[in-house]
Amino acid sequence: MLGLGIFGEETPDGDTTWAMSLLSGLEYTLALVALSWIVAMVLGSLLGVLRTTNRRWVVALGDAWVELFRNIPLLVQFFLWYFVIPEFVPPLKRMAVEMDPTRFQLLLSVVCLGLFTSARIAEQVKSGILSLPRGQRMAGYAMGLTEAQTYRYVLLPMAFRIIIPPLTSESMNLVKNSAVAYSIGLAELFFRTREMGEMTFRYFAAFGAATVLYVLVAFAINRVFAWLERATAVPGYLGGKR
Amino acid sequence: MEGFDWASVSASLPFLMKGLSYTVQLTVVAAIGGTLWGILLALARLSGIAPLAWAAAAYVNLMRSVPLLLVIFWFYFLVPVMLQWVSGAAYPPKIGPDRSAYVTFILFEGAYFCEIVRAGIQSIPKGQLGAAYAIGLNYAQAMRLIILPQALRNMLPVLLTQTIVLFQDVSLVALLNVTDLVGAAVKIAQRDSRLVEMYTLVAVVYFVLSYALSLGVKALNRRIAIIR
Amino acid sequence: MTAFKQAALFACLTIVSAAAHAQALTGTLQKAKETGAITVGYRESSIPFSYLDNAGKPIGYAIDLCGKIVDAVKAELKMPNLKVNYSPVTSSNRIPLLENGTIDLECGSTTNSVARQKQVAFGPTYFVINVSAAVKKDSGIERFEQLKGKTIVTTSGTTSVPLLKKYAKAEDADFKEIYGKDHAESFLLMADGRAVAFVMDDILLAGQIANSKDPSGYRILAGSLRSEPYSMMLRKNDPQFKALVDKTIGAVMKSGEIHQIYKKWFTSAIPPKGINLNFPENAANKEAFANPNDKGVE
Repeated sequence: MLGLGIFGEETPDGDTTWAMSLLSGLEYTLALVALSWIVAMVLGSLLGVLRTTNRRWVVALGDAWVELFRNIPLLVQFFLWYFVIPEFVPPLKRMAVEMDPTRFQLLLSVVCLGLFTSARIAEQVKSGILSLPRGQRMAGYAMGLTEAQTYRYVLLPMAFRIIIPPLTSESMNLVKNSAVAYSIGLAELFFRTREMGEMTFRYFAAFGAATVLYVLVAFAINRVFAWLERATAVPGYLGGKR
Repeated sequence: MEGFDWASVSASLPFLMKGLSYTVQLTVVAAIGGTLWGILLALARLSGIAPLAWAAAAYVNLMRSVPLLLVIFWFYFLVPVMLQWVSGAAYPPKIGPDRSAYVTFILFEGAYFCEIVRAGIQSIPKGQLGAAYAIGLNYAQAMRLIILPQALRNMLPVLLTQTIVLFQDVSLVALLNVTDLVGAAVKIAQRDSRLVEMYTLVAVVYFVLSYALSLGVKALNRRIAIIR
Repeated sequence: MTAFKQAALFACLTIVSAAAHAQALTGTLQKAKETGAITVGYRESSIPFSYLDNAGKPIGYAIDLCGKIVDAVKAELKMPNLKVNYSPVTSSNRIPLLENGTIDLECGSTTNSVARQKQVAFGPTYFVINVSAAVKKDSGIERFEQLKGKTIVTTSGTTSVPLLKKYAKAEDADFKEIYGKDHAESFLLMADGRAVAFVMDDILLAGQIANSKDPSGYRILAGSLRSEPYSMMLRKNDPQFKALVDKTIGAVMKSGEIHQIYKKWFTSAIPPKGINLNFPENAANKEAFANPNDKGVE
């Protein structure tokens, strides 16, 4: 009655069914999310830390980075990476010409989404560090730790615990934002959804399935972070039980 | 590609301005409508009436876990069908993606504004509600006269920051072929084969506008902080 | 029954049926009469068929032809003030929007194919294209066979997509395919070297080349994957409107006026930048104008 049979029907190429086509899109979405999450966390943590030091030009650089990636819509950033930046960066242009085109799309999407999200992570890391009492940093220095050691052993372990809730929502946002990669033709879940809608005119079935898949992914991430929050809670601190 | 060709850009300025004005209109309408809808949702979530609170929470969580792009397309298909059903007309009403976007963004942003409003309301000490009841106000009066005015002021900076996010999110309607600022740039880029120039231009314009807005919000933040 | 009564009854019936005949508008014409408006779907960057000028107004060869149809509808309905709306469509949404009544007539660069005729109807063929490929001259590629194993770009949602897939299977050509959202994107990917060839309708390729920064740097391959007729789309099972469209466009072709309109868009400088496509009428186009028809391609 719901007409779910459509998902078992073959695509016009005859190579696969619509259900498999959507799942292959989901695979790209998950790969894109995982890789760009790593890029975003590494860069974002680094920038967040740099912005809390007292080297003025480093702070300014970090601030400029955040403002740049925060104030241009993601869709436009995708256009810039795919159509504009290769024109001005010869190595990227060479890759564009020589690499397998699908891989190149995935690579650019990872870079674009990773840098975009890094600005947001940097904000969270910075506010996490700044929310710690000043005494902690001083105590670190008083014990003879270097600046790097103070960050590594005193400030960051607490700061990261504090920002788990906002990191959860940033990670879920990353999943949602990955759909924009469709605009440069990456065959991720949203791309496959639209393709199925346009070729079968079964828009409601296609978009319904995609909605379910996106909700499942978001839910899974939410659960992983909830577990992480419980597992890393410091006893007797920060509401170990909440 | 040597040399930017700015001739297409200057010739198409009126068209780009039309796109920008649509972007601004949609942002303002969705911000106001989304805030109102968000307040209703927040009140429902905090109402203590279980089915109402549950329905509002389910709506908010669903909206917040689905990509905006997907929501935009959903409403693009659904709004005409809904309107046809309501009006009982023979044809679905002619509501292009440019108009269905208003509905989409109000309903979508409402979910985000709801969470901001809820946090704002919860930041008001409980005693105030008790005090309001004590002087004989009912729930609606207490909310309208006592709680919401304070809560809205507390959350104004967050609401405005979310509005800047909204201003950027609006660009996604370009993928439904709507002539917003980005859509206008895409259309000129395609027609004149000037992708590099037009995409650079639209990035610069967006950056300048939303950076200026975020500076404005920061300044406002400082002023409110002093009043408090 | 007396003869008189019979005559009276006959007269009554005649009057009733005549009145019914005058009123019996159906489909698009009925909708236009009732709503006082007709909506033309146009493309925003299909040069020179249907695209936006700098003021954001749709213009082009197909728009001129559809203007004739709109005039005919006004005359037919005796509604000189019929409102004409223009609504932009893309290659992927043009059919759904026509079917659901958002637009009444699509004037762009749509291939009349047998597959599409299952969903929509077409007016007389107003242009015949060859599906070919644009390459950079310095790529040294002159024939389709040389494209084996190379990266090919085409525009998503066009008839070139299945055509290319079929060709790849038949010739065992093993292309890598990438897709642009629109022709300008596809062209840029080719001009950039990210794809070796851009497979598309020859006239659209000519438009892209004329618009590029170095028109002399590209060539269109001589071969053709197949010929396709372009036409305006209207809703299926709408005989009244279909007849009006066929009559109107047929008259433009028979009277020779079509040659003037053709010249205006294909061999003269056109807005917005005054480029000239230099695409004179070929034999296939002359044949289509001489014998108006709505035959679709397989």
